Amino acid sequence: MSAHNSNTECSGRPHTVSVLVENRPGVLTRVAGLFARRGYNIDSLAVAATSDPAISRMTAVVRAADEMVLQQICKQVGKLVDVISVNDHTDEAVVARELALVKVNCDENNRAEVIQIITVFRARTVDIADGEMVIEVTGAREKIDAMLRLLDKYGILEMARTGEVILARGLQPT
Amino acid sequence: MNGAEAILQCLKSEGVEVVFGYPGGQVIPLYDALHKVDIRHVLVRNEQGAAFMAGGYARATGKVGVAFATSGPGATNLVTGIADAHMDSIPVVFITGQVPHPMIGRDSFQEADVTGITLPIVKHSYLVQTVEELPWVLHEAFHIARSGRPGPVLVDVPKDIQVAKLTVPLEVASERLRGPSSGLDIDSAQLDAAAEVINASAQPTLYVGGGSLNAAAELRAFAEKTGIPVTWTLMGKGAFPEDHPLSVGMLGMHGAAYANYAITRCDTMIVLGARFDDRVTGKLATFNPEARVVHIDIDAAELGKNRIPTAPVQGDVAAALRALTVRCEPRDRSAWAKRVTDWKESFPLVAHKAMDTGEIRPQHLLDKLTQATAGRAIVATDVGQHQMWTAQFYHPAEPRLFLTSGGLGTMGFGLPAAIGAWFACPEKEVWLVTGDGSIQMNIQELAVAVIEKVPLRIMLINNGYLGMVRQWQELFFERNYSETWLHTVPNGSEVISPDFCRLMEAYGGQARRVTADADVEAAIDWAREVDGPVLLEFVVHEEENVWPMVPAGGDTGKPILEPEGGE
Repeated sequence: MSAHNSNTECSGRPHTVSVLVENRPGVLTRVAGLFARRGYNIDSLAVAATSDPAISRMTAVVRAADEMVLQQICKQVGKLVDVISVNDHTDEAVVARELALVKVNCDENNRAEVIQIITVFRARTVDIADGEMVIEVTGAREKIDAMLRLLDKYGILEMARTGEVILARGLQPT
Repeated sequence: MNGAEAILQCLKSEGVEVVFGYPGGQVIPLYDALHKVDIRHVLVRNEQGAAFMAGGYARATGKVGVAFATSGPGATNLVTGIADAHMDSIPVVFITGQVPHPMIGRDSFQEADVTGITLPIVKHSYLVQTVEELPWVLHEAFHIARSGRPGPVLVDVPKDIQVAKLTVPLEVASERLRGPSSGLDIDSAQLDAAAEVINASAQPTLYVGGGSLNAAAELRAFAEKTGIPVTWTLMGKGAFPEDHPLSVGMLGMHGAAYANYAITRCDTMIVLGARFDDRVTGKLATFNPEARVVHIDIDAAELGKNRIPTAPVQGDVAAALRALTVRCEPRDRSAWAKRVTDWKESFPLVAHKAMDTGEIRPQHLLDKLTQATAGRAIVATDVGQHQMWTAQFYHPAEPRLFLTSGGLGTMGFGLPAAIGAWFACPEKEVWLVTGDGSIQMNIQELAVAVIEKVPLRIMLINNGYLGMVRQWQELFFERNYSETWLHTVPNGSEVISPDFCRLMEAYGGQARRVTADADVEAAIDWAREVDGPVLLEFVVHEEENVWPMVPAGGDTGKPILEPEGGE
């Protein structure tokens, strides 16, 4: 899910914020609505239950012009009653992964070439049809971006990305 | 016991004495159970009135106000009052009926997604899912409304929940209640850092907001020990005695020039329970950017939201002030205090007497009101010029006597808020200061004042205009008075509507129109003697302006002073 706010310039570098929430009706709307209302830009937002079904994790990639804006985001989200914790993991040791499905325009003439490219990114072909191929790629956001740049010249017909999810390395909680 | 009875029992155990509301299809079970408990219900004439009465009750006491409304239009009529409570951090629990669960999402009759509509303007909200969770929801709603930075909480209760049998106990363990912390446990490193900044300051100024209304004694002790002059926001009015030698005045757009000088020329501002609102700061970049800032607020998100503090302190203002009073040294700041006093003498706020023609000038009315009541009356205002004149010239003797819609600036707030305040403090004298525009926004609540025998005194300042907008049109739009003439005072042969005095009498109250300055005092005295609600309509000079003024986005340090010799 992605929510862009057109009023605010999409500036600043991306930060990955992990939010643990109580799995209650409307909690996603509360968090997403707060981002929109305060003019914070979300690049991606991934939500699903944790190992405890009563608790969900929302992983948001947000853009903040500076440290002050990022702190505001975390403090405002932290005030929501259904939010258990908010952690900004920018520049910390984390495992970060995103999954993308990419439908690329290709035929028998350049199919081998495309497969060669995606192999470098350890991506997989999951469907082939006349004139297109669906690729599944998992990895850090930057890696997916890099692969997409290379595939661009063939023509990307459709794409679906999950948004980044992260876990802190070691025993530190996310 | 059914859900509706459980709701009322929970309210009772939360200490609720009075509820403001309006029945409708989806709250009939709630109203059916109402008279089984010892809670007074005040029947309003529009749900917006209920929202503001509950807000006025909460503002006058600091206790949680409660309003009831039905689903759909009943709930949406509350919305302005919810937003108002949210902006001013007022603890109110709103309980709305909702269509039964099986009907939700089908565009049923009188269905509105009120939890969705109000999401950005509540501290928290609930759409109750099961009757079993009802006691927990209600107790948590009260806990959240009143704890930390207070605010409105909405509980939307589908009708099937109201009639369902309750089999769980009404009591809820306090550990189950979520919500912000009390703010009493303050990081001592933050306090030490704040004290260091304050102790190093030769020319500090206190900037006191609505979050200080529960800290009046602590504020006074701190100011007296440190000799620091005190300025306040519209919401902070009353937290510090205005006749105190260290008292300066109100900040901001229509604050006193000397207060704005004191905050923009200090070397350190000590901000207590305030949020650097644009009506105080004007253009943030020119709001004393050199000053060091000690910012105390119970809401961590306020620290650094608009201004990066030198020394942030997260916690309850009273608790923080107690700790800081111990940590801060007395210091001779008399040279700075003298500079502030000199500004006060050079650029005074003047409550104008009458015009040469004998016409009433509105500032004079508020001066007279302070004299008549000794500042001991609760004075609620509406929004506009009269609100600013009241803020400038009514001097309340203690906190929670001056009730105003600060953040949202809601016309129509005053009449219901004053009524709500009287239900909270029936022993106090209660006045409403309003305008010919504002009072018409919720004038239907006059019926409540009459029927419930509320001894409310209304000072209606009638200048025939939406005066504040007219003032901006005069100053910034070349006197193009577009749609601000209200036809409420004689102007040539035009129609006058309404006749406020006859309207008040039609509702069953007493009224008197005053047009000459010489009659002001006697009219106020008369109103103070009358039983039941009374309205004084003061027809005043039409084009009076509020001075001084910092234009929106302007430099607070350079307010426009009143033109020489009045206008």
